[in-house]
Formats: sequence, C-alpha cells, structure tokens
Amino acid sequence: MEDTESKELKVREKQELATPAEHTRSGLLFTPSVDIYETEKEMVLVADMPGVKAKDLTIDLRDNTLTLSGDIEPFENSDEEDLMIEYEVGKFHRQFTLSEVIDQAKIDANLSDGVLRLVLPKVEKAKPRRIEVKAG
Amino acid sequence: MMYRRVFGLPGWGVRSPFTELEQLKRQIGRMYNEFSGMPSQRGHAGVFPAVNVTANRDNYFLRAELPGVVAADLDIQATGNTISVAGERKIAGVEESARYHRREREAGKFSRVVSLPDDIDSERVKANMTDGVLTVVVPKAEKGKPRQIAVK
Repeated sequence: MEDTESKELKVREKQELATPAEHTRSGLLFTPSVDIYETEKEMVLVADMPGVKAKDLTIDLRDNTLTLSGDIEPFENSDEEDLMIEYEVGKFHRQFTLSEVIDQAKIDANLSDGVLRLVLPKVEKAKPRRIEVKAG
Repeated sequence: MMYRRVFGLPGWGVRSPFTELEQLKRQIGRMYNEFSGMPSQRGHAGVFPAVNVTANRDNYFLRAELPGVVAADLDIQATGNTISVAGERKIAGVEESARYHRREREAGKFSRVVSLPDDIDSERVKANMTDGVLTVVVPKAEKGKPRQIAVK
C-alpha cells in the first residue's frame, strides 16, 4: 500500500480524444485515465470511467489490440439549467496494444464505483524466459 | 499591385473567416471572464473535484466525477448556502514485483466548497454515489423559489 496521507488531489482536465474523425457517432469522447501494470502471471488494467454502467461497457480484444469503450447515459434532467459547468460528460474510448500474449479465455473484468479492473492472464509461453545468444 | 495583394489573398473565400472569428470571440470572452473576476461559465476552479452545478425550479444539483471513491470516504456538509465536499480517493496497492506500464490515476485527499446563488434548505440535502458519480440534490429554500403572482 502506498502512502497517500500527505498528498492532495489536483484537478485535471478530462482528456478529450484527439482523433474524433475516426468515429462516426456524435458526442464528446474522452480517454479514461488508466493504470497498467504487469506481474509475472498477468497484466492488470485499471481505468477510471465514471458514470459508465456495466451494460454500456464494451471490451474488445483482437490481434493484441484491446479496445475499451463506455457509453454514458445523460443523467441530467431536461428541466435543469446550467449554472456552472466545470467538466463535460461524454463517452470513454481508448485502445491499447498488448505486447504480451494474453489468455483470452481467462480475462476477468470488474466494474465498480466507476472503475474498471481488467485482469489479463498471460499464456504460458509468454512468461519471461531467458534467451541465449549464440556466438557465430 | 497593392490592390491585388490585399484583395487577392489565396483562399480568402474558401476558408470560412467566420468560423475563425467565432473561435477568436470565444477566446476573448474567456479572457474577459478571467480578468473581470466574474464567475465564468466554463473552466474549472483549480480544485478537485471538478463540479457541475445545475438547477431546476425546486432544486440545485451538484455533480462530480469521483471514480473509485466509496460513500464511506465522503464527507458532505451544508452550511448557509454553501456545500462542502471532502473525502479521500484510495487506490489499492499492488504486489512488490509489479511493473507499471502506465500510471495516470492518482490517490489523495480532496476538499471543495461550492457556493450556491441563493438560500438552500440545508435540512433536506441528499447525496448519492452511483457508478463513481456523486450527485448532491440541494432543495432551494422556500423563499428562493420562483412564485407565480396572480394578477387581478
């Protein structure tokens, strides 16, 4: 557990996706903040996707490309008028290229409190192995 | 020659000057808000979390994106016509041997005060966390509500 006692959270602008041209659906797109770490047996991806419900989340893995997209249902009622808007709401979208070979059958995804936790186990042969260099 | 240089600018009619003008206008508008100290409509206050405030006839609505924050780690208080939101975002530790590829998420404490434009009914404030989004429903005080005045 890391020490978080002394640290104050700073506000960060939500990152709007830089390539909107790739998408044909209207609305704002944001890149979720992620942590990706790797242990000997697995890759773990943790993504902040506030407001996304499990049924609106799509996780797609093909040819080592992992795509996360989360749809947002508008949660403001139509009779509300804006007084102060500090952040925009939109869909989340992000793509990753995975270098390790992932055992697709054992992927485990869990979404709670707006945080997605994706555990991607590595297949046996992708686990680190010493490579010998031959002279000659 | 001068005439041509001025009016024969390449692409003058093709690239819509109005879009650029609109953008400039918006930028100037934002600058103006910053300098005059008026509450600006867009942009954040530099304090976590970013908050959206909306209102309908009966209530103010405060919303903030707080992914990974559980209700137990939140402290919300209503005083006068201000709402304060404080808490802590915790990130689960990882095992020693883990190596990071990306580390963009942050943990830490936060505290934010938002003033509402009119009196509120602080007794009936309700807060709710759903999917990492905090919604605080703040009823307007009776005297602050718009009232229809019958004309005889």
